[in-house]
Amino acid sequence: MLILIVGSGRVGSAVAKSALASGHEVSVLDEDPLSHERLDKDQHDSWEDAGGQFTLGTALEIDALLEAGIERADVFIAATDGDNTNLVIAQVARKRFEVDRVIVRVLDPARAQWYAEQGLATICPTQHAIEMFERALGADGVDGGA
Amino acid sequence: MYVVIAGAGKVGWNLARELIEKDHEVTLIESDRRRFLVVEQELEHAVQYGDSTELWVLERAGIARADMAIAVTGDDEDNIMICQLAKEKYLCERIIARVNNPRNLQHFKLLGIQPAVSATDLILRLIEHEVPKYGMVHLLDLAEDHLEIIELEVGVEAPAAGQSVRDISLPKGALIISVLRSDGGFVPTPETVVEAGDEVLVVLDPGLESDITATFLGNGSVGA
Repeated sequence: MLILIVGSGRVGSAVAKSALASGHEVSVLDEDPLSHERLDKDQHDSWEDAGGQFTLGTALEIDALLEAGIERADVFIAATDGDNTNLVIAQVARKRFEVDRVIVRVLDPARAQWYAEQGLATICPTQHAIEMFERALGADGVDGGA
Repeated sequence: MYVVIAGAGKVGWNLARELIEKDHEVTLIESDRRRFLVVEQELEHAVQYGDSTELWVLERAGIARADMAIAVTGDDEDNIMICQLAKEKYLCERIIARVNNPRNLQHFKLLGIQPAVSATDLILRLIEHEVPKYGMVHLLDLAEDHLEIIELEVGVEAPAAGQSVRDISLPKGALIISVLRSDGGFVPTPETVVEAGDEVLVVLDPGLESDITATFLGNGSVGA
């Protein structure tokens, strides 16, 4: 199974490494050459020696997506630092390249919810943080306090 | 008409100004605080501060009752999102998007964001109009003498391909003065057969370009 991850930040690179370790074929696309270092960090082998693929380019460039193997991808993960970039490329992956599974990170809960309603698999870290804070407050009895 | 414009750059600000002059109701949205403060001095309540890709910012601007949404920020993905939300979430009937990088035009089309306007494309189209065919190069313009010399590459499906110079119908005021082939250039005789891939030099009266290009370029023509 080929997993294409766009955006090699903290989240993208960590997901890439664990997916590779679990035996998947993993391709990462990022516009920043430095982001490649995150893939090598704390690993025995370099990203490429471990079997990973890295492509330098911007997410909206079709050529870069093609080079990164989007036509063969079974899973597409949009994890750049821009919500709008993620939402646009996720839709490009789904509509143009008909990737089976498209997962998109959206920091803004409102946009995440609306696009989830439109059928995109969205992950909203902000929403998770909100819920964890709420739970933490609830556990301490803050919400029931005097 | 009520128009929401995202992005108060040169395009957005001037657009807002023109529409207000034409008695339309306009809300302009700008995400850069400093730019917003500058524009606010002129447009006052018609400009709002915020990120137009955030739903609450669009809602605050009254997107739900807007007759038209125009996205002219400097970011193509933002323009796509703004128009997509306006159209699909807020059911705004008319949208117009600006394309900053013409290579992104395909994404706008894929996601149904139309019309998408690209300044680069508009200028390219003007060039096509000024120079009717890409295959034609102006070598010399003698405006005062009312003459020009152009160079064209003969198209595969051009009417002139495979014809002798004698049989190529040219308008009055046009003359083939040279044929350039891989083995060099020469002045053709009436018997010379022009082949696809040849480059021909034609001297002509200005204004005959479109007739000439139709003859030598055929349906590879770009058209207006």
